[in-house]
Amino acid sequence: MTTEAVLPADLGTALPTTLFRFATAGSVDDGKSTLVGRLLHDSKAILADQLDAVARTSADRGFGGDKGGIDLALLTDGLRAEREQGITIDVAYRYFATDRRSFILADCPGHVQYTKNTVTGASTADAVVVLIDARKGVLEQTRRHLSVLQLLRVAHVIVAVNKIDLVDFSESVFREIEADVQQVGRELGLGSDGISDLLVIPVSALDGDNVVERSERTPWYSGPALLEVLETLPAADELESHLESFRFPVQLVIRPQGALAPDAVAAGLDVEAYRDYRAYAGQITEGSVKVGDQVSVLTPGQDPRTTTVVGIDFAGASLEEAAAPQSVAIRLAEEFDVARGDTIAAAGTVREASADLYASLCWLSPKPLREGAKVLVKHGTRTVQALVRNVNGKLDLSTFKLEQASALELNDIGHAQLRLAAPLPLENYLHHRRTGAFLLIDPLDGNTLAAGLVKDHPGDHEDERYSI
Amino acid sequence: MTESAVSTRLSSLDTLESEAIHIIREVVAEFEKPALLFSGGKDSVVMLHLATKAFWPGKVPFPVLHVDTGHNFPEVIDFRDRTVERLGLKLVVGSVQEFIDRGELAERADGTRNPLQTVPLLDAIQQNKFDAVFGGGRRDEDKARAKERILSLRDEFGQWDPRNQRPELWNLYNGRHTVGQHVRAFPISNWTELDIWRYIERENIELPGLYYAHEREVFARDGMWRAVGEVSQPLPHEEVITKTVRYRTVGDMSCTGAVESDAYTVSDVVIEVAASTLTERGATRADDRISEAAMEDRKKDGYF
Repeated sequence: MTTEAVLPADLGTALPTTLFRFATAGSVDDGKSTLVGRLLHDSKAILADQLDAVARTSADRGFGGDKGGIDLALLTDGLRAEREQGITIDVAYRYFATDRRSFILADCPGHVQYTKNTVTGASTADAVVVLIDARKGVLEQTRRHLSVLQLLRVAHVIVAVNKIDLVDFSESVFREIEADVQQVGRELGLGSDGISDLLVIPVSALDGDNVVERSERTPWYSGPALLEVLETLPAADELESHLESFRFPVQLVIRPQGALAPDAVAAGLDVEAYRDYRAYAGQITEGSVKVGDQVSVLTPGQDPRTTTVVGIDFAGASLEEAAAPQSVAIRLAEEFDVARGDTIAAAGTVREASADLYASLCWLSPKPLREGAKVLVKHGTRTVQALVRNVNGKLDLSTFKLEQASALELNDIGHAQLRLAAPLPLENYLHHRRTGAFLLIDPLDGNTLAAGLVKDHPGDHEDERYSI
Repeated sequence: MTESAVSTRLSSLDTLESEAIHIIREVVAEFEKPALLFSGGKDSVVMLHLATKAFWPGKVPFPVLHVDTGHNFPEVIDFRDRTVERLGLKLVVGSVQEFIDRGELAERADGTRNPLQTVPLLDAIQQNKFDAVFGGGRRDEDKARAKERILSLRDEFGQWDPRNQRPELWNLYNGRHTVGQHVRAFPISNWTELDIWRYIERENIELPGLYYAHEREVFARDGMWRAVGEVSQPLPHEEVITKTVRYRTVGDMSCTGAVESDAYTVSDVVIEVAASTLTERGATRADDRISEAAMEDRKKDGYF
């Protein structure tokens, strides 16, 4: 995809707004909090009392200088320690809306544990905005960020070249950085793999250039402002449901027997008809389903059982079809024994469940991973015990090469092979951002150890580009 | 390909609703004994509505828990009781007044009882062995809440450690905890005040009447309109007048202020909230005006 986004035709404002999730990632002092503050401020998501509080604190600290302004970063630093130290510690979530979209913004700090924070923010994001300081260009940390985003298969990566005012709005500086970004993107397969796209925008977060409105001070840039891009990019669900087959991890069985909801009964629910009601509740993780579809029920250790969808219920409404990410309750033609942890999937689209798990692991715990460790794998709605058989190296995020390693430490990304106590319907993360994802959990204290991305088994076909 | 049309049309409210229902079902499936904090306030009413949708046609499979400050608006307590009755739920009440009467809590100099809810809350959680407690907290309410996880682990003392939170990835929620620990679950974390009101409008959800414009005897204090009531008496210099007001948040009568409003219907409120220039807590909560970190400090001690 090219640098300058092509905006689809204006859809008008009559449609209800849709949700778009994005994250920000950046290095130390590249002005990320200021950019977030600017987006919130200029899209009028900041209310008067919040602005007053920030203005008071800014004045107390003598912020602003000749700009006489307020420290927009204070809008996002929520914890006492963050305001005191002037740094952002933890991922913070922010909300704003335009006529077209409601936005959920995960603001991921770049200082400490940047991998942990970037992986967390990117795991649910439709897009990630990576900041670069125009005076510094592409840094090692930029390469690391882009590498993590490629690994997590973020649909849209937007590089904001910030502080463009401090390089006198120089086109040549911007073009050079843009070329460097595209070069890194090519090395990673980012923006040319048909899954993701990569955009580069010159901005000044402090002054607002190309953040909400296009700037007159960058006449050489003909692309959209950042907010225009965020308003028009397709969300991941819109892109993915075209490609993916139906997947539905069963959360629980709804089988009220005698215990029907009194309010539903009072509203005229036919008690006799619902006496033997039985449905499987869950959220569609991928694809879509229609009444009459053939589906397979996948239960670990059993052969897939095929049946037909006879009903899709949602709180009293009967739906003809439903798609990710809808939460529904599904009724099947046959009374199989189906339980939490089973998956209902479009028939004939699932490969055999496997107890051997090959994966990339983003290690998020201060406790290192060693071969032989016993862990828990949480995949969909099932948690199983697992043994770490091998650590097959860790990734050098600046060269994108795999290095020898037999342990993974905090913020490392590496490869490992695990043996599961029960087979799981694992799918390659590259093609299945939901069913290819899992957590590693410490069985002792219950803490989350790693974000896991399923890889194909060695020997299966796998595109070389994704071999990290 | 035709199926994709379904998801491209999913509105932001539908997406938020599906997310919340997914979280509620996860907690019910993975925990032994969950409960839902229910005050009769709009966020907890929306939470309960989502729970009824999550388990339809079955009953909501957990009790509701109310921490009663003893300073509640009578019409809200009435609404609470009617709702519990209508849905056939069990109600557990933790009483601030009882703790004060037993000398285990002391009244604050400013008369506000909101911060006093923490001890009875933790007591009720322990007594009833609740291992998960649903709350209607939203990240847009406050800067500390903006950093809270959807599943938030609390230690034996109910404390929140903001610097040591589990990363929350994809839609995989890790609720594992050890004996004595419990988890607070916030399924509507990603909703804004406007989302809540649009949803109340769309779903035709009943709320206590004081959320809508009505006439009330009030006096001005701390830049807010405070209702005249048993526990909220004007000082000699504070003049009592009758105004048309409504409440944006409903909490302890001693610290919750009303705003002047002529929003008589839910549609009026949606328009008013969309145009508001003040946050709901900044406009109406004395307890959050104490300092920029007031909520963070309360949360660390085990508050909602």
